Amino acid sequence: MRGNQAKSDTGARVDLRDDAGKTVVEAHGDWTIDTISRVDTAIRNVETSVEPDMIVVDLTQLGRVDTSGAYMLGRVTRRCGVPDGDFHYLGRHPTARRLIEEVRRRSQVCPPDPPRGFGFVEALERIGSGLEAAFAETIETIAFFGQTITTGLRTLVRPSSFRLTSTIWAMEEVGVNALPIVAVLSFFIGAVVAYMGANLLAEFGFAIFSVELIGISVLREFAVLITAILLAGRSDSAFTASIGAMKMQQEIDAMKVLGLNPFEVLVLPRVVACVLMAPLLTFAAMITGIFGGMLVAWTAQDISPAVFIARLHSELDWSHFWVGMSKAPVFGLVVAIVGCRQGMKVAGDVESLGRRVTASVVQSIFIVIVVEAMFAMMYLELGI
Amino acid sequence: MSDDVLIAIRGLKTAFGPHVVHEGLDLDIRRGEILGLVGGSGTGKTVLMNAILGLQKYEAGEILFDGRPFSAMKAAERRRVDSRWGVLFQNGALFTSLSVLENVMAPLREHIDMPVALMEEIAGMKLGLAGLDPSVAERFPSELSGGMRKRVALARALALDPDILFLDEPTAGLDPIGAAAFDTLILELSRALNLTVLMITHDLDSLYAICDRIAVLADKRVAAVAPLEALMRNPHPWIQEYFHGPRGRTANAGKES
Repeated sequence: MRGNQAKSDTGARVDLRDDAGKTVVEAHGDWTIDTISRVDTAIRNVETSVEPDMIVVDLTQLGRVDTSGAYMLGRVTRRCGVPDGDFHYLGRHPTARRLIEEVRRRSQVCPPDPPRGFGFVEALERIGSGLEAAFAETIETIAFFGQTITTGLRTLVRPSSFRLTSTIWAMEEVGVNALPIVAVLSFFIGAVVAYMGANLLAEFGFAIFSVELIGISVLREFAVLITAILLAGRSDSAFTASIGAMKMQQEIDAMKVLGLNPFEVLVLPRVVACVLMAPLLTFAAMITGIFGGMLVAWTAQDISPAVFIARLHSELDWSHFWVGMSKAPVFGLVVAIVGCRQGMKVAGDVESLGRRVTASVVQSIFIVIVVEAMFAMMYLELGI
Repeated sequence: MSDDVLIAIRGLKTAFGPHVVHEGLDLDIRRGEILGLVGGSGTGKTVLMNAILGLQKYEAGEILFDGRPFSAMKAAERRRVDSRWGVLFQNGALFTSLSVLENVMAPLREHIDMPVALMEEIAGMKLGLAGLDPSVAERFPSELSGGMRKRVALARALALDPDILFLDEPTAGLDPIGAAAFDTLILELSRALNLTVLMITHDLDSLYAICDRIAVLADKRVAAVAPLEALMRNPHPWIQEYFHGPRGRTANAGKES
C-alpha cells in the first residue's frame, strides 16, 4: 500500500462517519511525523467524545505511515489508566497494522505530570527550601573547613604525607601567575584614590593630606581586598573547575580507591598555597597601589615623590601595614576552602560544573566582604 | 548501481595530515539491511561513519545517497537528508543539561512544527520503543546508568522516524544480558520500521545475532563485505584471526548451541 494511489494531497486528514452505531475514523493521506500535528485536534476530539469500543479505524485511504502516525492511529482507542481496548481496523495496510501493534505494545498514553505551578504555596515552598539549602550550605562549608584543618594537623604530625610538588605548583598558579594583574589593578586603584582625594582635599587647602589618604586606604583595605577579589575570580574558579572536572571523570573516586586522601592530595596544597601567597600578593599590591597614588599626587598636586615618601614615614604608623597584612592569609584561606569545596560538590553533568563555578566565585567574594567588615569592626574596637 | 543501494561510497580517501586512514574505499549500504562494520582498533570505523554523516571531510572519492552525490547537494537538501537519519554516538552524546524527555524532543523541536503536548507524547512513545520506562522521562542523563543512556540515545536517534540508523558500538559497555536485549531491540525495530542500519561493533555476538552482512575494514579499505557464513570462509588473515580466534569460536559455539 505504501505510496499506492498517488494523491495530490499527501497531508494527514481525518473524516468521521457513522456506521451501524459505530464511529468510523477514516485516515487519509500520509501519517508521518511531518504531517500528524494537523490531525492532533481531530483525534483528541474523537478520544474525548466516543467510547473506545465504539471506534473503528479505516485504513483504506491511508498513505505512508511511520511510528508517530501509527501512534496517533493507535491512540484513538486507548485511554490513560484503562487497559487498551480492542483495536478495530477496516482496510488492509500491512505496514500500518504492524507498526500500530508495535507502538501499542511498547508505549503508554498517559499525559506527563503537570509542571509545578507558580502559586502562593509554591512560592513559600521555594523560599523555604532555599533557606534550608542556604543553612545546609553554611554547615557543610564549616564541616569542610574542619576537615581541612584536621587533615592539616595530621600532616603536621606526619610531614612526609605533605605534597610539596603540588603545593609549589599551586603557589606558582595562585601567586606568581597572578602577580602582574594584581599589581596593575592595585596601581590603578591607588591612582583613582589619589585623584578623588587630592581634588577634594585641595579645595580645603590640605592637598598634602592625600598622602595619608592614599597610604591608609591602600595599606589597610584596598591592597588586600583587590588581592582577595582577584584570587576569588581567578584561582577560586580555577580550583572549582579543575577539581570539578576530576570529580566528573571519577578521578576523585579513583584516588579514594587507591588509598589517597583527596583532602591531602587536592585540597591541602591549594589551601597552603593560597594562605602563603595571599600576603605576598597583598604586599605587591600595597607597593604598586602607593606607587600609583604617588604618581598622581606628583602630576596633579605637585607633591614630589621625596615629600610623599618622607610624609609617609613621618605620619603613618606601621600598624596600618600590619592590619592589611593580617587579613591576607584569612582571605586566602576563605578563597581556597570555598573553591575546593564547590569543586568537590560537582555532580556528573556539565551544567552542575558551571553552576558550581559560579556559586564558588559568588560565595567567596561574599564571604571575603563579610569577613572584611568583621575585621573592620574588630580593629575599630581594639583601637588599632 | 542497483536500485536497492541506499548509500554508496566510491573511492573514499580520508586522512589526518600525513596519516591516511582510508584510501580507495568502496562500500554499498543496501536499503533495509543491517550492515555490521568491524575492524581492528584504529582502522577508522568511526571515521568512516563520520565521513558519511558529514562530520569528517574526505580528500577524495564520493559518497552517494540514493544515487545523488553529497558534494552536489545544496545545504537545504543536505538538511533534509540529515533529518532522515538517526545517529547513536559511541558515548550516547546526550545533552547533559536537558532531561531525558527533552533530549528526545530536541530533534523534533528543530525539524518539526508541532504542538509541545503532542511532541512530549511522541517523545514518550519513542522512549517506550527504545525499551525505557516512562518514569525516566524527567531524569537527567547524569542520573542514568550506561545502558539506559544508550537507550535514551537510541530513542533520540529514532525521534524523526529515520530511514537509516547509524550505531557506533551500541552494545559496548553493556552487560551481556543488556547487550543481547539491545540487539533484539534493534533487530525488531529495523524489521518493524523498515530501517537501514549501519552498526559499528566489536561485539561478535551482535554480529552473529542481527547483522545481515558484515563489512571488514582492513588495509585502509573494505577488505570484504559478505554475510557471516561467507565471510568466515574468507582467507584474509585478519578475518580468520577475528572469527576463528578464541573469542570468535566461543561466540560461534554459543550461537550454534
